[in-house]
Amino acid sequence: MSNLLEICGVTKVFGGLTAVDNVSFDVRRGSIVGLIGPNGAGKTTVFNLITGNYRCDRGEIVFDGQLLSRLPPHKIVYLGIARTFQTIRLFQNMSVLENVLAGRHCRMKAGLLASMLHLPSERKEEREALKFALHELEFVGLREHAAQRASSLSYGNQRLLEIARALASEPRLLILDEPAGGMNEQETEELMALIKKLQSRGLTIILIEHDMNLVMQACEHLVVLEYGRKIAEGPPEEIQNNPKVIEAYLGVD
Amino acid sequence: MNRRMWGIIAFVAAMAAVPFCLNPYQVDVFNNIGLYALLALSLNIILGDAGMYNMGHAAFYAVGAYTAAFLNTQLGIGILWTLPISGILAGLVGLVLARPVIHLRGDYLLIVTVGVGEIVRIALINNVFGVTGGPNGIFGIARPVFFGFKIAKPHEFFFLIWGFVALTVLLFSSLKNSRFGRALDYLREDHVAAEGSGIDTARYQLLAFMLGAAWAGMAGCLYASKMSIISPESFNFWESVVIFIIVILGGSGNIAGVILGAFLIVGLPELFREFKAFSQARMWFFGLAMMIMMVFRTEGILPPRPRVFKDIDRNVS
Repeated sequence: MSNLLEICGVTKVFGGLTAVDNVSFDVRRGSIVGLIGPNGAGKTTVFNLITGNYRCDRGEIVFDGQLLSRLPPHKIVYLGIARTFQTIRLFQNMSVLENVLAGRHCRMKAGLLASMLHLPSERKEEREALKFALHELEFVGLREHAAQRASSLSYGNQRLLEIARALASEPRLLILDEPAGGMNEQETEELMALIKKLQSRGLTIILIEHDMNLVMQACEHLVVLEYGRKIAEGPPEEIQNNPKVIEAYLGVD
Repeated sequence: MNRRMWGIIAFVAAMAAVPFCLNPYQVDVFNNIGLYALLALSLNIILGDAGMYNMGHAAFYAVGAYTAAFLNTQLGIGILWTLPISGILAGLVGLVLARPVIHLRGDYLLIVTVGVGEIVRIALINNVFGVTGGPNGIFGIARPVFFGFKIAKPHEFFFLIWGFVALTVLLFSSLKNSRFGRALDYLREDHVAAEGSGIDTARYQLLAFMLGAAWAGMAGCLYASKMSIISPESFNFWESVVIFIIVILGGSGNIAGVILGAFLIVGLPELFREFKAFSQARMWFFGLAMMIMMVFRTEGILPPRPRVFKDIDRNVS
C-alpha cells in the first residue's frame, strides 16, 4: 500500500454550515502534502477530523489500513498521527522539556503504582523518555532552552516546540497547522529545512500554510479547498496555473 | 544540601518533639491538623493537580469512616486492618459517582459534587441498608492495635496519624514527578493539547478522582479509630468546604502549601481560642484574613514552583 492516509468523501456540518463537503484525497507514504485555500475554507476542520477532535458526519478516514472514525484523539496519536495547533497550545507554565515529555507519554507504560513507588522499571523508563525528549529538542534546535518555561520562548520557537512535542510520540504522519505562522523570513527558511529533514527521517507530512513560497517549495502535492469543497489537486506547478485556484485566491472581475 | 531540605528536616524535627513537649489537649489539636492535612492532600490530587472542582470530598471521608466502623463493630476486624478496605471502598464509590459527571467543566462539576456530598450525608442519617446507625451514628469502635501496642492516648495517635501523613507525602511527591503526575499537570493546563498529545484525559481524570477519594477514605478510617464514635454530622458540607479552603489557601498543587494550609485553617482557630479577647471574634477575623489572601495572593500562600531540570545532563548520563 503506497498510501498512508486515505480521506474518502468526508463531510462535516456545523449547525447549518457545511464546513467540509465531500472531500477526498490520499496521502502517499513519505510525501509532503499541502492543504491550501482561503480563510474559512475548512482546512483546519479537515485536520480536526483526521486527529479525532471532530467526528465525520459522512465519509471515512483510513490510516495505514485502519479506520479512524470514532476513535478519540489520544488513540489516534498512539496509532502514529501527531499534530501541531494553529493557535499555539503549549503547556505554558511548564518547562520546555516537560512539554516534549507530554508527547512521549503515550509510548510510556508506568502506571499509578509504579509512579508512586518509583519502581526501578519506572526510573529506567523516565531516564529513557528524558533522553528521547532531549534528542527531539536538539533536533528542532531548542536543546539549550530545555529548562525554560514554555511561555518564555519566542513565537517562532514555540512553534518549533510544538513540533518537538509531536515528534516525541514517534509519529508516522505529522500534521502541521500553519507552522510558519508568526515566523520571520529567516525562521521560515529554517523551518523549511527542518521539514525536509523530517521527510528524510521517513515521516509523512500534511501541512496547512499561507506562506505560498514555503508551500510551493516544500510540498510535492497540493490539495486546494474553497467553501469546504476540494476545487483542485496536483503538483505545485500545476496548481499555480489552475484557473479555478487563481479565481479562489484573487477573485475575478 | 539546599534550603528546602533543611526546611523539611527542621519541620520533621519540630514535629517529632510535639508529643513530648505539649499537653494532651494540644497534641490532640495536632492530630486534628494531621487528619485535615491528609484530607487536603487527597483533595489536592483532584483539585490542585488535576484541576477538578470537588466540593463534596467529605462524602469519601464518610465512606471510609463508616466502612471502618462497620467492619470493626459488626465483624470485629481490627481497625488498622480496615484501613486498606476503607480506601478501596471509598475509591470505588468515587469512581462510580465521578464516572457520569467527570467530563463536566469546573463550576458545573462543583455543583454536582456538592450534591454528592449531601446525598451521602442524608443517606447516612436515613440509615441506608440498616448499617449506618442513623443520626446517632456508630459507637464503640475499638482502639487500634499496632503490633501488639494499643493506641489510645493523643500522643500515641499522633505517631499513627503523622506517620501516615509522612507516608502520604512521600508517595504523593514521587507521584508528582512521574508520568502520572505530569499527565495530571497537562490536563489541568490545557485539556485539548493534552488529549492531542496522546494523553487519555478522561482516564486520568477518573484515576485522580479515585485516588483522592481512596485517600480520603483512609483518613476516615483513622478518624473513626481516633474518635471511637462517628455520626453523619462529622461529614457535613462545612467539612468539604474546609478541606477545599485548605487546598486553595495553602497553595493548590503544592504539598508543602497544603500542609501549611491545614495548620493555618485548623490550628490557628485553636490558638485564638486560648486568648479570651479573640474567642468571640475568631471566625470573623478568619473570614477577613481569607478575603485578603484571595485578593492579594490568588495562587495561595505557597504556590507550586515549576519543576526545574537543572541537572538535565547528569540525569541523562
